[in-house]
Amino acid sequence: MSGFLDALLFQAGYNAALVALGATLLGFAAGAGGSFLFLRKRALVSDAVAHATLPGVGIAFILMVAFGGDGRSLIGLLAGSAVSAWLGLLAVEWMVRRTRLPEDAAIGAVLSVFFGLGVVLLTVIQGMSRGRQAGLEDFLLGSTAGMLRQDAILIAVGGVLIVGAIWLLRRPMTLVAFDPAFAAARGVDVRRVDLAMMGVVLAVTVIGLKLVGLILIVALLIIPPVTARFWSERAESVVWIAGAIGGVSGWIGAAWSASAPALPTGPIIVLVATGAFAVSLMLSPARGVVAAVMARRAFQTRVHRRQGLLALARSEPIHDRLTLKILRNEGFLRPDGVATEAGQRACARIARDEQRWSVARRLHHDTGLTGRYDGLTPITDVFTPDEIAWIDSNIASEGAA
Amino acid sequence: MGAEFVQFSLTPILIGIFASVACALPGNFLILRRQALIGDAISHVVLPGIVVAFLITGTVATWPMLAGAAGAALVAVVLIEAVRRLGKIEPGAAMGVIFTSLFAGGVLLLEQSDTSNVHLDVEHALMGNLEQLIWLRADGWASLLDPIALSHLPPELPRMAIATLIIAALTWVFWRPLKLSSFDEGFARALGLPVNLISLGLVAAAAAAAVAAFDAVGSIIVIAMFICPPAAARLMTNRLGAQVGWSVVFATLSAILGYILAGYGPLWLGASNSVSAAGMVAAVSGVILALACLFGPARHRVGVAAGG
Repeated sequence: MSGFLDALLFQAGYNAALVALGATLLGFAAGAGGSFLFLRKRALVSDAVAHATLPGVGIAFILMVAFGGDGRSLIGLLAGSAVSAWLGLLAVEWMVRRTRLPEDAAIGAVLSVFFGLGVVLLTVIQGMSRGRQAGLEDFLLGSTAGMLRQDAILIAVGGVLIVGAIWLLRRPMTLVAFDPAFAAARGVDVRRVDLAMMGVVLAVTVIGLKLVGLILIVALLIIPPVTARFWSERAESVVWIAGAIGGVSGWIGAAWSASAPALPTGPIIVLVATGAFAVSLMLSPARGVVAAVMARRAFQTRVHRRQGLLALARSEPIHDRLTLKILRNEGFLRPDGVATEAGQRACARIARDEQRWSVARRLHHDTGLTGRYDGLTPITDVFTPDEIAWIDSNIASEGAA
Repeated sequence: MGAEFVQFSLTPILIGIFASVACALPGNFLILRRQALIGDAISHVVLPGIVVAFLITGTVATWPMLAGAAGAALVAVVLIEAVRRLGKIEPGAAMGVIFTSLFAGGVLLLEQSDTSNVHLDVEHALMGNLEQLIWLRADGWASLLDPIALSHLPPELPRMAIATLIIAALTWVFWRPLKLSSFDEGFARALGLPVNLISLGLVAAAAAAAVAAFDAVGSIIVIAMFICPPAAARLMTNRLGAQVGWSVVFATLSAILGYILAGYGPLWLGASNSVSAAGMVAAVSGVILALACLFGPARHRVGVAAGG
């Protein structure tokens, strides 16, 4: 546990601290950048981009070896992956524009074909004399073991640059993500903003290859935005909340994985984010499951209380168990089924409310107000006191007549 | 094309063909329903499934692995649906949350458990071992009639063949309801067809195909075959029957060409090592799809001018 705390406070050694810092920045960039894609309802495009990096890594390695290098320079491999990911993205766009295939089919096709090609290249590299220790398989799931100092700095600097780009482009990207038709009407070049969004996603993917790997970087682009959506209805706050969730997941995940053996960094970061998602799904005040269940229970209680009291007021028998339970628990009903004093007062109040409503719905002109009768809302919430006095005087004169 | 071919290439090619066709058949309907990526999701969650099966049974036997994979696919489908409904999240994002989380869980479990003495790793689940499904007892085409040699066929071959036949039979039996509910769900519902049940059955069949195939050929072929042959076929014709036919042809072609190019291609180029057959099959299916995108007679959307 103290190992975990040390790692959280960047005290677990220089390398671990660099990894944690890089993971935090990468998580923030991925969460914020992924939000635009999620709001644009194109979250899974990132899956195609991520898988399309693999052939680029292979070709970059082969080229670097062919020109006499040892082929393991991270920046060279990442440049190669960026090129092939860009080609993959163009292939998706091209298929959607030029053929009748829907976007999900294009995503799946690019994802599987580029990945297959990448695997072919990996086996070619394994057959090369220099390829045996290439360690390119690390790009599938990421690997922080033996990460060089310059690799960590590359990831950290890349993360900062991406966050800066997102901050600069936040207005047009929010506009396009939220309502592309409106953005186009405002004169925003939707296609170019879309490309910028994709550029951000691509940069996150490439920077994240070494740390979390190409299969799981998708998770960092999707899970934080989906989680953030539970906590805000505003597009721009979703972006920054998602960035914060991604950043914290990266930080905690990297620290956790540094604190004990056999805890691979990428999967741990993803699972921390998944934990945040699960908690939000349950506990979010506006959209969470618990809130929905409680709202439903509260509504149910209101209906049963009102109908139960009305039945009591009319001296009708109550058979529904839930109604009986609610009335007893609230002290309106004695165990033998007779109304208590409080119950009689509540009955009288409800009965008067119903009577006022029936008069108001017959006599009042404004259907916008009388239409709010739903058998639940007290009339005092809808009409002003002097209107209620007018209703009462009508009741009195009808009673006299 | 002698004894060596029968020994080393015939069975992998046949297994590849069966696996490809088994995935391509349900893939046709998934593409029409805009559910193409469900195959991708299922093949990611196979990993946690087989790891859990290994942790429970302690062996890498076939049937526990298949059961684990099927169970994981089921769990994933239920979770995706739950997240979609409870959280009111669009299906693509719900899928992305669940399959990546389950995959991460699978990798973590794999790292945490002691699998050093068994053959179980991520790369195996991704790439399969098509090249190793050889028929050592064969010594020529005559072995096809030799019951002793036949009894030493790799067990994946009959298993995959049966799975493919079952899926083909299901497609044939449920052809009309599948067709109706894929093209016009509202109309199918009005006719009284159990639309939700059909949808669930299709996903279950796809999961079964994926689970049966991944063990022999790996996830890459599974994902590629769910999408590429049906997508290419969709660009060839406007008739569903012809589309399914084309997709079977494309899947078969990808499996044969992919395996041959992977096994013999590098030799033709002067290299000594063969390359990954699974990857090559996926790549060939991609080439076929690219050709269909460029030249397929039905490649345009209805209402869009040719060349537009």
